[in-house]
Amino acid sequence: MTSLRRKQGVILLTVGGLIAVFLPLMTGPYVIHLAITVLFFGYLGMAWNILGGYAGQFSFGHAAFFGIGAFTSSLLQLHAGVNPWIGMLLAGTAGLLLGLFIGYLCFRYGLHGPYFALAMLALAEMMRLLAVQWMSSKYPLGINLPILGDSFLKFQFRSKVPYYYIMLVMMTGVLYISHAIERKRLGLYFKAIRENENAAESLGINVFRNKLVAMAISSFLTAMGGTFYAQYYLTIDDEAAFGTAVSIEVLLGPIIGGAGTVFGPLLGAGILEFLSETTRNLLGGYSGVHLMVYGAILVTVIIFLPNGVLGGLKSITGRYGKKGEEIAYGDSRGR
Amino acid sequence: MFTLPGLPLLLQSIVSGLLMGGVYSLVAVGLSLIFGVMRIINFAHGSFMMLGMFTTYWLYVLLGIDPYLSLLFSIPALFVIGLIVERFVIDKVLSAPEHNQLLLTLGISMFIENLALFIWSPNYRTLSIPYVNKAATVGTVMISFPKLIAFLFAVLLSAALYYFLKNTDVGKAIRAASEEKEGALTVGINLKRIYYIAFGIGTACVGAAGTLTAPFFYVNPHVGGIFVITAFVIVVLGGMGNIIGALVGGLIIGLAESVGAAFIPGQLKQFIIYFIFILVLLFKPEGLFGRAGD
Repeated sequence: MTSLRRKQGVILLTVGGLIAVFLPLMTGPYVIHLAITVLFFGYLGMAWNILGGYAGQFSFGHAAFFGIGAFTSSLLQLHAGVNPWIGMLLAGTAGLLLGLFIGYLCFRYGLHGPYFALAMLALAEMMRLLAVQWMSSKYPLGINLPILGDSFLKFQFRSKVPYYYIMLVMMTGVLYISHAIERKRLGLYFKAIRENENAAESLGINVFRNKLVAMAISSFLTAMGGTFYAQYYLTIDDEAAFGTAVSIEVLLGPIIGGAGTVFGPLLGAGILEFLSETTRNLLGGYSGVHLMVYGAILVTVIIFLPNGVLGGLKSITGRYGKKGEEIAYGDSRGR
Repeated sequence: MFTLPGLPLLLQSIVSGLLMGGVYSLVAVGLSLIFGVMRIINFAHGSFMMLGMFTTYWLYVLLGIDPYLSLLFSIPALFVIGLIVERFVIDKVLSAPEHNQLLLTLGISMFIENLALFIWSPNYRTLSIPYVNKAATVGTVMISFPKLIAFLFAVLLSAALYYFLKNTDVGKAIRAASEEKEGALTVGINLKRIYYIAFGIGTACVGAAGTLTAPFFYVNPHVGGIFVITAFVIVVLGGMGNIIGALVGGLIIGLAESVGAAFIPGQLKQFIIYFIFILVLLFKPEGLFGRAGD
């Protein structure tokens, strides 16, 4: 990167950061809610991106981690009075343990590409069914957290603005982690595994261990996102936690914005939120139409921008427009 | 938590399981063909099934056409729809990364299902056909007619498809394309053509499945989602692209679900299916019966 480009990047980041910090002073609750949604899905997308984008292990079941995070902190709070901030760390740990468990199984037995995707989908569905069964006797109306008032310690606020800043900090944190992975040796390992597993192995990279590392970071962060969701809405049920829709929403941002890039997931989350708000406002009166348009846009993006918006931009400007930047899986099992 | 069922209940759940398994097979056979030939995880499969169900529903409600006669409409209609979708949409991503193919079919299914939601509303509809709701009783076991018909048709269709793949020129070309792409190209097989024919046949199969399910199930724009994940389990279990494997896999899953429900309460019967699925993926990813051509 030339120093000019670096300067441009720094200026862009500074301006973006300043706008993000002062946004609540300029707008009302509706925009803040939209901004929280964008940051939140940007956060989840970046967490997914570490495993699905950089390491090339396409997970179709991140709802399993998201859900276990939301459930862990909420239930600990309800039954053991555990502070939600500590609950959030414990939630991340629970997600990490689940991630290591399924990751160990899948990677030890060499599941690739669509097989890994389907195994993750099955895991999330199993978690959902357990939640449905368990909740039908204990919490038929969903798990509702008690309202404890306006307190940072209790992770509950009347205004949306504190939630906004919390999510902004979390998002910045995972943005920094992505950036660090991209620059560090770990990121090179991940990309090598993504491009060609056998070649990576023959160069002495411990493929199994590095895939597990990617899984651990990704599942830990995703589960913490689950806690944020539960604290923001103060209610959680099986579908909102473990539903297939969650798995899809998590990965759409990175795919649209550009998988395996630092800013792709955030950009994708922004584009998707803009599209879904616009179509809902314009066509919301007709049931189904806005999701129909959404589906059509998804199809169009995948056909014309197979590497996401950032991937497309890169190949136009030729900055990194080499074949090596494209995401291609190695030989999948069974091919 | 666990209850021991008596013998009549067990027999009943075995019979019901096999019959329902036939329906699952019917959905899975088309998916297996598409998966085997094109290696695409087709999430739109359930939407095509829903279109088959609505075809039958409207032909009966508006024109009074017998649901089983409407097979003559739903099969060709879904064949043509499948052909068009493959030719103009899926064809564009055949060399794209697998996850993009998967998301593309997801987008297609979102489009189709919400179009259906817009046109036909989310209401749950059921066909009420007098002669269909009968059931035969053998000993203590009840056998529902529409499920029996669907079961027999699943066996028939799988056999016909198997024969078609083994003995006709197009069928042989489809098998060649699924086993060895380069080889098939070398001997002058037009892969593009084979792909849209195979996709068309796959959607025609699931159209038939929709028609045969409509008499005993509800019809609504999202109904396909109930069957499609189960169908993926069956396809992996039976071996991708293996038609007979899909048939047997469907019966196994139907049995596991139904007998499981006799022992285990509530939603957990589905849990068993996913558990089997993960075990097969981990330890026998080629499926219980091997892939097509093995």
